[in-house]
Amino acid sequence: MKIAVCVKQVPDTWAEKRLRADDSTLDREAADGVMNELDEYAVEEALKLVEAHGGEVVVVSMGPDRAGETVRKALSMGADSGIHLVDDSLHGSDALATSYALATVLAGRDFDLIIFGSESTDARMSVVPAMVAERLDLAQLTFAQKVDVIGDTVTIERLADYGFDTVTASLPAVISVVEKINEPRYPSFKGIMAAKKKPVETLSVADAGLDASKIGASAAWSGVADFAARPPKSAGVVVADDGDGGLKIADFLTNQKFI
Amino acid sequence: MTNQPIAPLALFAIDSLLSEEERAIRDVVRGFVDTQIRPSIADWFETGTIPARELALELGALGVLGMHLEGYGCAGTSAVAYGLACTELEAGDSGIRSLVSVQGSLAMYAIHAFGSEEHKEAWLPRMAKGEAIGCFGLTEADFGSNPSGMRTTASKDGADWLLNGSKMWITNGNVADVAVVWAQTEDGIRGFVVPTDTPGFQANEIKRKMSLRASVTSELVFTDMRLPHSAMLPGVRGLKGPLSCLNEARFGIVFGTMGAARDCLETAISYAIDREQFDKPIAAYQLTQKKFADMELELGKGMLLALHLGRLKDQHALSPEQISLGKLNNAREALDIARECRSILGGNGITLEYPVIRHMNNLESVFTYEGTNEMHTLVIGQALTGIAAYR
Repeated sequence: MKIAVCVKQVPDTWAEKRLRADDSTLDREAADGVMNELDEYAVEEALKLVEAHGGEVVVVSMGPDRAGETVRKALSMGADSGIHLVDDSLHGSDALATSYALATVLAGRDFDLIIFGSESTDARMSVVPAMVAERLDLAQLTFAQKVDVIGDTVTIERLADYGFDTVTASLPAVISVVEKINEPRYPSFKGIMAAKKKPVETLSVADAGLDASKIGASAAWSGVADFAARPPKSAGVVVADDGDGGLKIADFLTNQKFI
Repeated sequence: MTNQPIAPLALFAIDSLLSEEERAIRDVVRGFVDTQIRPSIADWFETGTIPARELALELGALGVLGMHLEGYGCAGTSAVAYGLACTELEAGDSGIRSLVSVQGSLAMYAIHAFGSEEHKEAWLPRMAKGEAIGCFGLTEADFGSNPSGMRTTASKDGADWLLNGSKMWITNGNVADVAVVWAQTEDGIRGFVVPTDTPGFQANEIKRKMSLRASVTSELVFTDMRLPHSAMLPGVRGLKGPLSCLNEARFGIVFGTMGAARDCLETAISYAIDREQFDKPIAAYQLTQKKFADMELELGKGMLLALHLGRLKDQHALSPEQISLGKLNNAREALDIARECRSILGGNGITLEYPVIRHMNNLESVFTYEGTNEMHTLVIGQALTGIAAYR
């Protein structure tokens, strides 16, 4: 089977994230870039499926030049080849534009499965997998904590508050995975060294045949009007217990609208 | 005023000297140490135990074991990448780095460099995977810095060899599947590949260590241990065999010690920022800051020296005397840094709740093994004057 895994480079999870003063987009230069954590689970799941059923894993990423590092990380984990959509005009694309760009790149390449992490740690919207599925007119099986492929069908356990739903679709399909699904492998050193020699197709907006009016900040359906830095933590309130400590705490919680 | 603190090696922009591949390998080992070593290492150290078999398999799956060797299932990375892996492993614990050093740089390297094709095929792929663990028997109880005086002998008995004698301070001895043993023969010092289930082979674990407690250290005893002629390493005769292996391991130590030092310094800085005395963090005192600045200089210089030696090694232009420069300097400075950091942590510095005293005690061994501080001093003295002062 032929599996695409869509991965995103995000600022290091532990780094303080900042917005740029000029266009209110995420400042991707301010912190180290890493592969979005849930995307590592997506890569792992794709590798496991291919190990069980045969086939190939193609890693797909849209992002600036240095997102190439994230493509290479997936290759070093074991993916076979990469597609990197990189173009200055993609900067500021919202989820709709991102799904349009990814779906255009993915279309016509005969993937049996397209796997995503269920959300990115920077945008945290969880909508791109569903949007891509809609654009490609494929079944969407999101928030999977377990994936089984039997013949031409794929069955997942969709994580829910009350447990899970079992959802089945015929291939090809789009899946997004949650972190319960597996334990991503470390790239082995052989994998890291082999990754350099694996093919990565670099596409511009023109190469991918994208309509320039549908991407970038100017095409976004929403925008950031204004933003401010989070105020520094203020000193806590010390409640001295003179026999009425409980009342004071209750007052405090009431004032903060907790109770 | 306060700014965001900068990590010690980031201030030296060490990453700018590394390739993307080297950083990727470094990051994998760092991640492994964070998840598989750090949560348990204080317990292993305190109880003097280590799950060597499991760790070897995990390290083998990553490709750490014999990573800088070519072929036979080894990853074939650069020397710098191997050094960076040692830095990260030793930031976890010198005992873990010792396990890897002895496996890759001593046992596997000896077989790779001097073994027969049968030796290589029998052992290297399994050792690279961590399915087989190796040890290296050179040092004896009475012959440490002067291995040429070793008393272990190998004598011919028909077509076989008979080995008698003992080895001391052998890392991995009790968990090893194979030992590379050096012995006196009529033909000079020769190396032997010894499966540890050979009759006449015995390993006794050395207890009551106060250093490298998360590492197995053993005495090996050979009593009329019979080996086939083919057990001998055909590729080398004389002391240059084991010494070339030691150069490999020392190279790893040049990098490794800086990992232990880095972990101490990062711990002490973080502690000093949180710890308040007289209503301000102890990091805000000039005395503490001077300690940090001095340690930062030695850490950064040591890391730059390690990388310089690593680049020379990758160009096959690294001499044993240059390895001595690195081993002497970096083991010494790492130990000094660990001790200074221990003092910054005050009373908390003497517990295993923090990694510092563990690193400090480990580094006492690292300071001594693989060529003592004194021997590397005399090697450098000899290089500069042409006079061997230890003869």
